[in-house]
Amino acid sequence: MSSLKKLTQKRLFLPVFSMILVMLINVVYDVACGNAPFTFFTITIKNGVLYGRLIDILNRGTEAAILAIGMTLVVSSSAGTDISVGSVMSLYGGMCCMLLAGYGNTNVSNYAVPLIVGIGAGLLTACVCGLFNGFLVAYMNIQPMVATLILWSAGRAIGLLLCNSQIVYVRVPSFQKIGAYVGFMPTPIIIAAICILIASLVLKFTALGTYIQSVGINKKASRIAGFNSAKIILLCYVICGLCAGLAGMVATSRIYSADTNNIGLNMELDAILAVALGGNSLGGGKFNLAGSLIGAYTIQAIDTTLLALGVSTAQSPVFKAIVVILIVVIQSEPAKDFFKKLGKKRAMAKGATQA
Amino acid sequence: MKKKINSNSLLLLITVVLFIVMYAGGCIIYSAKGFTHLQTFLNILINNAGLICIASGMTCVMLTGGIDISVGSLVAMDCMILAVGIEQWGWSSPMLMLFVLVIGLVFGLVQGFCIAYLDIQPFIVTMAGMFFARGMTAVICRNQVSIVSDKIFTTLSSLKITIPFGGYMNKKGVMQMPYLRVTVIVALIVVVLIYLMLKYTKFGRSIYAIGGNQQSATLMGLNVKKTKLKVYVLASFLTSIGGICYCLNTMAGTTQQALGLEMDAISSAVIGGTLLTGGVGNVFGSLVGVLINGTISALVKTNGKLISSWSNIITAILLCFFIILQSVFAKIKDSKK
Repeated sequence: MSSLKKLTQKRLFLPVFSMILVMLINVVYDVACGNAPFTFFTITIKNGVLYGRLIDILNRGTEAAILAIGMTLVVSSSAGTDISVGSVMSLYGGMCCMLLAGYGNTNVSNYAVPLIVGIGAGLLTACVCGLFNGFLVAYMNIQPMVATLILWSAGRAIGLLLCNSQIVYVRVPSFQKIGAYVGFMPTPIIIAAICILIASLVLKFTALGTYIQSVGINKKASRIAGFNSAKIILLCYVICGLCAGLAGMVATSRIYSADTNNIGLNMELDAILAVALGGNSLGGGKFNLAGSLIGAYTIQAIDTTLLALGVSTAQSPVFKAIVVILIVVIQSEPAKDFFKKLGKKRAMAKGATQA
Repeated sequence: MKKKINSNSLLLLITVVLFIVMYAGGCIIYSAKGFTHLQTFLNILINNAGLICIASGMTCVMLTGGIDISVGSLVAMDCMILAVGIEQWGWSSPMLMLFVLVIGLVFGLVQGFCIAYLDIQPFIVTMAGMFFARGMTAVICRNQVSIVSDKIFTTLSSLKITIPFGGYMNKKGVMQMPYLRVTVIVALIVVVLIYLMLKYTKFGRSIYAIGGNQQSATLMGLNVKKTKLKVYVLASFLTSIGGICYCLNTMAGTTQQALGLEMDAISSAVIGGTLLTGGVGNVFGSLVGVLINGTISALVKTNGKLISSWSNIITAILLCFFIILQSVFAKIKDSKK
């Protein structure tokens, strides 16, 4: 009993538990359908590339995972959310494809400028967006959600403007490669792995993570202790912008076009959900990057599972909503108190029967 | 007696002046394209009647320091229920409207309960509400449904309330009288009622008190939880009224309807001088905010050459301007203390 309690109190318990639950549902579904019970976990090589549902989840979950890195830092340092990331993804697509295709062209099969210039300019734009958000939040003391509301609305619009309200196709193999395969490995998975590796190394070997947490816990106290709180918050937003740009890079290359209206649509919600699901408080302070990442892949697993169960993409938000509500209700303070009381009552009843 | 203008009413004043300047500018630049007609102004009201109702509810929520981002999806769900109810279930429209209003109440009750009594952040709860309503819209029906068969509904939608002045001769020499729709009347009544409620009722004053400082409101003996619950119920109810107005305008239900409407409502309220931290704001300000949004898109449409995303960009720039202005005022206030 006590070991179970210890387990449930671990910070990673909730995200890991929900992940396992989703996988169990898959196994049950496969058995019910008459497939082998572990179809979900099998990974095979088809047509020279890795194939399997797990690979699919890892591949499709790349954007959410990269966004979750930036979002975790933002939530931790400023106790608010950056709702502009989806629009910034779309803005990256607009900027990058506009440069690569040349302004006004909508369908090209060779680059107007080198690939690296397009990607660099796109990522730079995303960083500038982060800088803008961070400046408003850190130096103008504006609530994060309101400050990022500006780019939420303008980012997509500027992207549309860059593309002349059209979908710009870049049909060059080297551009498509970012969203496709390197050898047998899906490139997005590699990109996600690199991002996660860099983020965890930086957080492990520098004091940045501690700084961010201390700013998030008490901004004034950390300033008095000698940190430049505003600068740290600004940095978090720039990192979040860069992450949005990287996620946009994957999303854009996947469809090798700048579909500005649809790239990153509602991705900000997935990213915030991943952070909440990972057991991080949205009120700032301590954070847990691993939790957020597991949260991001869990969301993708839910999506993939629902698709496998035959629920249409338009209807799946209903289930997502129910999952979110259940998780946050379990995490909320009054519910915790309620469970504690329930446990005490049960213990008392037990004591009474034993006596 | 000299009346003191504090920074909050100054913000509202700037908004009103901006609206007048913008509209007057439009009248001067596009006078040849008919921007000066009274009907242009009334069209802005007609197109945004639903948004006015929703922004009123949003203002109340924001006054308590919360936020409700589920409104856009709730409108989509309302429209879908109305459309499918009329065309496929064969219900009568008054009954359906009542049903939609009840759904709004229940929706608000659930969200409000989670926020007020379970202490979950409003953003997360209403985000879940947003997912839920948008998904339910697709569960009810995945195709676009147009409303054609209900007589009461189509009559309400096409009913013109003509105004006896301000007409103009069209090219054929026929006098065109300006007109309003039923939805505008509903929206204006909502704004006036909410204004009176916020100003003169105990509930309205508690909303301001909670937004100003939740702790002192509790110490004052106000029932903070109950008031918060009521505010979210009110907001969802007004959203349902707005949804009916919206549906009377579009006469259809689709899964992609009213995408991003929540941000229009929030930005209208912010432009109208409502602080997101709560405690400061006015429902008339939100009305002017909606009108400014409407004027921007009317100007972009009248120009004809600009692509529609310009209206988004201009709104965002305005939003930026107002947010920075608010923060500067807040800083001045702090330094005075």
